[in-house]
Amino acid sequence: MKMTPSDQAKRELKNLEAVAGNGLLHRRAWLRGGAALAGAVTGYTLVPSAFGQQLSEDAWSLAPGVTVPEYSVRSKFENKVARSLSNPKGEPRTQHARTPHHLINGTFTPNGLHFTISHAGDPDIDPDKHRLVIHGLVKQPLVFTLEALSRYPMVSRMAFVECGGNSAPLFSLEPIQATAQAIHGLVSCAEWTGVPLSTLLDEAGVDPKAKWIVAEGGDPPHLSRSTPLTKAMDDAMIVLYQNGERVMPGNGYPMRLLLPGWEGNMNTKWVRRIQVTDQPGMTFYEARTYAPILPGGKAYRFYFLQEVKSFITHPSPGLAMKGPGFYEISGVAYSGNGRIAKVMVSADGGKSWAQAALQGPVHSKAFTRFRAPWRWDGGPAVLQSRAWDETGYSQPTRAQLVASRGETSKVPAVTGFPSQHYNAITSWSIERGGEVKNVYA
Amino acid sequence: MSTRSLMLALCASVAFAQSPNLGKPVSPAEIAGWDINILPDGSGLPPGSGTPAEGARVYTAKCAGCHGPEGKGGPSAKLVGGEPIRSMDAEKTIANFWPYATTLYDYIRRAMPWTKPRSLTNEEVYALTAYILSINKLIGENDTMNAQTLPKVRMPNREGFIVRFPERTP
Repeated sequence: MKMTPSDQAKRELKNLEAVAGNGLLHRRAWLRGGAALAGAVTGYTLVPSAFGQQLSEDAWSLAPGVTVPEYSVRSKFENKVARSLSNPKGEPRTQHARTPHHLINGTFTPNGLHFTISHAGDPDIDPDKHRLVIHGLVKQPLVFTLEALSRYPMVSRMAFVECGGNSAPLFSLEPIQATAQAIHGLVSCAEWTGVPLSTLLDEAGVDPKAKWIVAEGGDPPHLSRSTPLTKAMDDAMIVLYQNGERVMPGNGYPMRLLLPGWEGNMNTKWVRRIQVTDQPGMTFYEARTYAPILPGGKAYRFYFLQEVKSFITHPSPGLAMKGPGFYEISGVAYSGNGRIAKVMVSADGGKSWAQAALQGPVHSKAFTRFRAPWRWDGGPAVLQSRAWDETGYSQPTRAQLVASRGETSKVPAVTGFPSQHYNAITSWSIERGGEVKNVYA
Repeated sequence: MSTRSLMLALCASVAFAQSPNLGKPVSPAEIAGWDINILPDGSGLPPGSGTPAEGARVYTAKCAGCHGPEGKGGPSAKLVGGEPIRSMDAEKTIANFWPYATTLYDYIRRAMPWTKPRSLTNEEVYALTAYILSINKLIGENDTMNAQTLPKVRMPNREGFIVRFPERTP
């Protein structure tokens, strides 16, 4: 049965600016219009009954529930909200666990869903036996226990951590059909609490000749990476807590290095040693792996920064549309250079753009959720988001990025890493039947 | 005091708080078991040496299972050869990509064999490094690798890199 909007809603609808093509509404439409607007944008208004069933008591309302557990576990109905594993049997190669961005919301990643990359499994570290050594170009080499570090003045901050290879499937010359989890699942965001690394370096007394630190983990490959001393003294942190509880084993228990906004691999998990040096170590991961090849054959070295990026999580591939009507377009934006200043959203493949609302507070080097109201008319649409950070830098189009960075000549595996540091605009196509696909637009 | 200046004062008091000084002084001898970084100028390289012939024996026993006979590849990456790099389609290899030979020593010693890291002696690591450089024809088949010779090995792709953000890189 077709409902008719009320006259009042019709008037509201007239006042509603369709701020961009293909049904994008003003970002404050929902707030400004109120209930009448709800009618206007959904096309429905109050009618006697469209529900058609009698409400009655359900079994869970009629008897005491389960005993409250010591440590909360989510509802069994949510068990499908899980990380996707690249190496579920733990074969002797790297394991990736990707965050299901299309199945969660907000700005924090729950600890159980934070992405993990472990090159030889997660070490089972006894926190009482773990040590952190600071040595090299310092006046006094020092060793810290977890108990000692726990007595230091701490800071808490929001920060995303992103693998330098996140979004690498978009280097494929043809779009690979995969979820936002498969494409963008190697980034997550948490509140991290710990001791500023500068406090510990100051305590050891850094030599004026020092220019770098080389940090090493207690994992089996003893993963090591070099970081300029300026970053180490700026906002680097030895993290002890992740979203209020001790860091998860896959994220570096009992302590990790956090370098806000910089390549995930540099944020040394299970950190046990920091050598202060006058030169970079040219370790395996900086000399070889995180050195993206450019067209012609040269490669970037010391990319470090995770530049501004955004992607739409709702709708996105795997979340089919449920018929024409009102939808909220929502996603996450972040920049290793600071705060997100603006996110624009398009429903017509970049021909026209509407400014999205940013969910505050907007933290530096952390996820900012953006939202834009949209009325889908049931026809084809291509959704895009483009973020700007506070330095004025914005995401390139895919064509721009590929022009300078290249693309593959064959379609790679969706779990492959043909290159690193992809931050161009992501495009989701809404097909006529409501299916959402990854496209290049 | 305004809210803003109060906030600034609170932030400042956290930022400049005195360290509790709970780090314990530690001696080089105490760190030695963990002090395994090799820097490109060769600092950190231990005493000892190894030859390609010695390395071939260690390789067959401890490495070939994953990296294949003579470094030709298996379940894990190949260690010999590699086409010149023109695009991201290329496979990065030691011969066509790695800029420093010291990285070989550092990485083998810290991470290999995958299932038994830190089980090789320093001499075995020198020998394996020499063997891998030799099968790639980056050193002669009778060249010995030690703390003096290894940092001098000239890798073909040494100049193949562009620093991404020079202003933030020392």
